[in-house]
Amino acid sequence: MKQKLVVIGAGMASGRVLEHLREQAPDQYDITLFNAEPRGNYNRIMLSPVLSGEKTYEEIVTHDDDWYAQNEITCRFGEHVVGIDRDSRTVTGQNGAVSYDKLLIATGSAPFIIPVPGKDLPGVIAYRDLDDTNAMVEASAKGGKAVVIGGGLLGLEAAAGLALRGMQVTVLHLMGHLMERQLDEAAGYLLKKDLEDRGITVMTKAATKAILGEDRVEAVLLEDGTVLDADLVVMAVGIRPETRLATDAHLEVARGIEVNAQMMTSDPDVLAVGECVELDGQLFGLVAPLYDQAKVVAATLIGEEAAFVPKELSTKLKVTGCDLFSAGDFAEGEGREDVIFRDPSRGVYKRLVIEGDRLVGAVMYGDTADSNWFFGLIKDGTDISDMRETLIFGPAYQGGGQADPLSAVAALPPEAEICGCNGICKGQIVQAIEGGATDLGAVKATTKASASCGTCTGLVEQLLQVTLGDGFEMPTAQPVCGCTDLSHEDVRRLIKSQELKSQEAVWQELGWKTVNGCHTCRPAVNFYLLADWPLDYTDDPQSRFVNERNHANIQKDGTYSVMPRMWGGMTTPQELVAIAQAAEKYGATVKVTGGQRIDLLGVRKEDLPAIWADLNRAGMVSGHAYTKGLRTVKTCVGSDWCRFGTQDSTGLGIKLEKRLWGSWTPHKVKLGVSGCPRNCAEATCKDIGIVCVDSGYQIGVGGAAGMDVKEVERLVDVATEEEAIEWTVAFVQLYRENGKYLDRAYKWLAKVGLDWVQEVLTDPAERAALVDRFDLSQSVYQTDPWAERARPDVAQGFQPLADFTLEAAE
Amino acid sequence: MNWTDIGAVTDVPLRGARLVKTQAGCIAVFRTAEDEVFAASNACPHKQGPLSEGIVHGQKVTCPLHNWVFDLNTGEAQGADEGRIAVYPVRIEAGRILLEISALQNRSAA
Ligand SMILES: Cc1cc2nc3c(=O)[nH]c(=O)nc-3n(C[C@H](O)[C@H](O)[C@H](O)COP(=O)(O)OP(=O)(O)OC[C@H]3O[C@@H](n4cnc5c(N)ncnc54)[C@H](O)[C@@H]3O)c2cc1C
Ligand code: HEM
Ligand code: SF4
Repeated sequence: MKQKLVVIGAGMASGRVLEHLREQAPDQYDITLFNAEPRGNYNRIMLSPVLSGEKTYEEIVTHDDDWYAQNEITCRFGEHVVGIDRDSRTVTGQNGAVSYDKLLIATGSAPFIIPVPGKDLPGVIAYRDLDDTNAMVEASAKGGKAVVIGGGLLGLEAAAGLALRGMQVTVLHLMGHLMERQLDEAAGYLLKKDLEDRGITVMTKAATKAILGEDRVEAVLLEDGTVLDADLVVMAVGIRPETRLATDAHLEVARGIEVNAQMMTSDPDVLAVGECVELDGQLFGLVAPLYDQAKVVAATLIGEEAAFVPKELSTKLKVTGCDLFSAGDFAEGEGREDVIFRDPSRGVYKRLVIEGDRLVGAVMYGDTADSNWFFGLIKDGTDISDMRETLIFGPAYQGGGQADPLSAVAALPPEAEICGCNGICKGQIVQAIEGGATDLGAVKATTKASASCGTCTGLVEQLLQVTLGDGFEMPTAQPVCGCTDLSHEDVRRLIKSQELKSQEAVWQELGWKTVNGCHTCRPAVNFYLLADWPLDYTDDPQSRFVNERNHANIQKDGTYSVMPRMWGGMTTPQELVAIAQAAEKYGATVKVTGGQRIDLLGVRKEDLPAIWADLNRAGMVSGHAYTKGLRTVKTCVGSDWCRFGTQDSTGLGIKLEKRLWGSWTPHKVKLGVSGCPRNCAEATCKDIGIVCVDSGYQIGVGGAAGMDVKEVERLVDVATEEEAIEWTVAFVQLYRENGKYLDRAYKWLAKVGLDWVQEVLTDPAERAALVDRFDLSQSVYQTDPWAERARPDVAQGFQPLADFTLEAAE
Repeated sequence: MNWTDIGAVTDVPLRGARLVKTQAGCIAVFRTAEDEVFAASNACPHKQGPLSEGIVHGQKVTCPLHNWVFDLNTGEAQGADEGRIAVYPVRIEAGRILLEISALQNRSAA
């Protein structure tokens, strides 16, 4: 007699099982197949092309009515199974019960719906089956705006499909970069860029707070208060194995239905397959392992030996034109080595992770032609020691060449601006070179490129070499560090002209050789980005040196010094009392500094947030004595008190400090304002020193009193205080926009020349624009870092993560 | 083995570190850009610089005092510098950091 097999779920996994069974043992079982969806098996992973209109539903059906008829399978489609009774061995569907000898659960998984208010509003759709796909197609026919929650595989395929159907799509992703489980930051950046080129808006670190609407969805509210209009919301944040039937039947269920390597559940007559199962703590969300499982299920049902062994997996995104691939393990393991290849001109990024003599992981973007070859090396554990050096170039290149260090410059489009001072683009320079300007001097003379401040000299030289090849001998410019061949000036210029607004953008577009830089380039790039794009880029504390990250100076014994601001060197009895109390409370040593303020030395890191909170309460803010930024403005008592004083030097100093504090600069900036040429504030050895005279203000720049002692050079004489402030601010901004990281103002001046600075600043429009850009940056950065870090949630970070010395003492 | 939960992965800043105090001295727990965690001695063998305050890049950290660079997998100093920091077993489970602390407990105190 034939045995009875009941299958719950006609999905991709059970479809394979049935094929194997009918091939290998056509007569062993009477089969009944339940499916909640009112249709048989189709290729679920091809729903995305259906959504985008590249395929029809008919094209993705894998098993049609004829197939089920020929294979004598009793189909109960459109019928939910509501219960399993293991004692009587029956399965109950909505239309009645059927008994079984063997049962196969293949219920797949259910989309995870984040529990926010409004999740049940009409117009909120998950992405799992044909009905969802049809609902999206229908909604998109009206056009309008769609918000996709979730920037993983499913969400991005939904977003791309909806965009192709003419909707305005925004993707919200909780993490810092897209598809963070499959991609690293660099590939995530390229993917984001590609999607944005298709008109899709991508918001990372975006947490959904609620879905808004009266009788249907109208908008999505984010945690940060942003409201996004939406006619359609697609939830694609993840999936949960569909285990309800198994749980009710008291089978062992963890996150999925637990099975052994033979795909048997805790009841040997009940098997499970597909996304609903869990094996050794592992879940399965891609079809490749499900197909392997299906083979094992068929064997077990026939009574043959077989065991399911999970294999390495690879991922591809099915969005036409976004070529990405990731496989293996690039997140864990010891003793690994990265090999990176970037080709900015083609938007290509490849990263291989090697452990010992084996390739263990690969991420590729833009060019995935060799992905199968790499995947093969990973799966087979091939010894790659012989081809290690050239591995990244793929199978065709074995024994082949090297990446061109000039590729970043060669890759620039003709309209890329090279010389910012004179607005000269790459195309014009190349034309001039081809027209016979074969050295730097000639290029300067014919195009004016690099003829002003000169910071683009390195780029012009590289263009000469790219255009002339070996006919041009490169002077060796100092690269930023081992991660790149570009100099600081090159990097700065390209960040501006190519509008690079994130670290990932710099690493990729400028062909960085490391994953995320090193201690030399990261702080520099971080500064360049925040100085040029204050609104788009957020300062990254992890790319700063310890003092700037902790907002205090670390001392040789590991304690810190704390120095509140005293505007223009002025203080009050109340402030002094607060400082005295803080010094006592935290056991600090008190020192009067050369910058006209008071330093509290010897404070423990754990106490920093508390002492800051105390000083904040007395109205004081950080003195930034630890930053590459504005330090102090030293003043004398000036006309307020001194019989020689010509102007209110103290007042001007305070105004300047209040305007400039909080700004980041290439190196530290110290100011001095003296009330007369007797110069009690020693203003003439500061980065910017103002000396008051009867006729107004003499502004000097580029002084220093460190290892080098230098007197300032006169920038300009002005008549009014307003002008003195305007010139000072404009000068600081010019330095911020053009200086090399860690060049003090005097070093920068020596490179660009005082003449050039004067020429720029003499133009009133230029001056006003610089001041505007400075103020814009201050709108973001002029905040007290102490107040931000004294907040309890942030202050926690200053404590040890764990302390086992306390535990042991108990 | 004594795998001890010392906090959530997210308690350590991305490309940053936090300190763990133990009987055997201070340990720095690092988190890389790709969410890997590493644990190593906090003190640079050169001049005892606090490595938990260094810049984390790739799977390396740079000492804030004199820019010695250490590979967090092996603890070896990179480049021309010679020296090594102790590294400790640490892993992530369900978003929590587990540190193997048996080598770090002062048995004589118990
Ligand atoms: C849009 C999309 C794109 C994808 N792209 C890829 C890809 O590119 N590559 C890849 O490897 N994977 C991809 N996947 C994942 C892949 O489709 C799944 O891993 C696979 O379909 C799971 O197969 P399954 O048989 O376990 O479950 P399913 O195919 O989901 O089948 C389960 C079936 O069981 C039915 N069912 C559930 N409960 C009951 C019940 N109580 N009674 C009766 N019937 C029930 C359901 O209606 C469903 O039809 C994609 C998934 C989606 C949704
Ligand atoms: C790690 C290195 C250094 C530390 C920790 C340090 C610390 C300090 C501190 C805390 C002050 C008091 C400033 C204030 O009130 O804001 C100060 C003042 C000063 N520092 Fe440094 N400094 C360092 C390096 C340098 C260098 C390299 C130079 C020279 C280029 C320098 C030149 C000065 C001068 C001239 C003053 C006095 C400022 C004035 O009188 O207005 N310092 N330093
Ligand atoms: S600089 Fe001139 S005005 Fe200022 S205190 Fe000295 S003497 Fe007086």
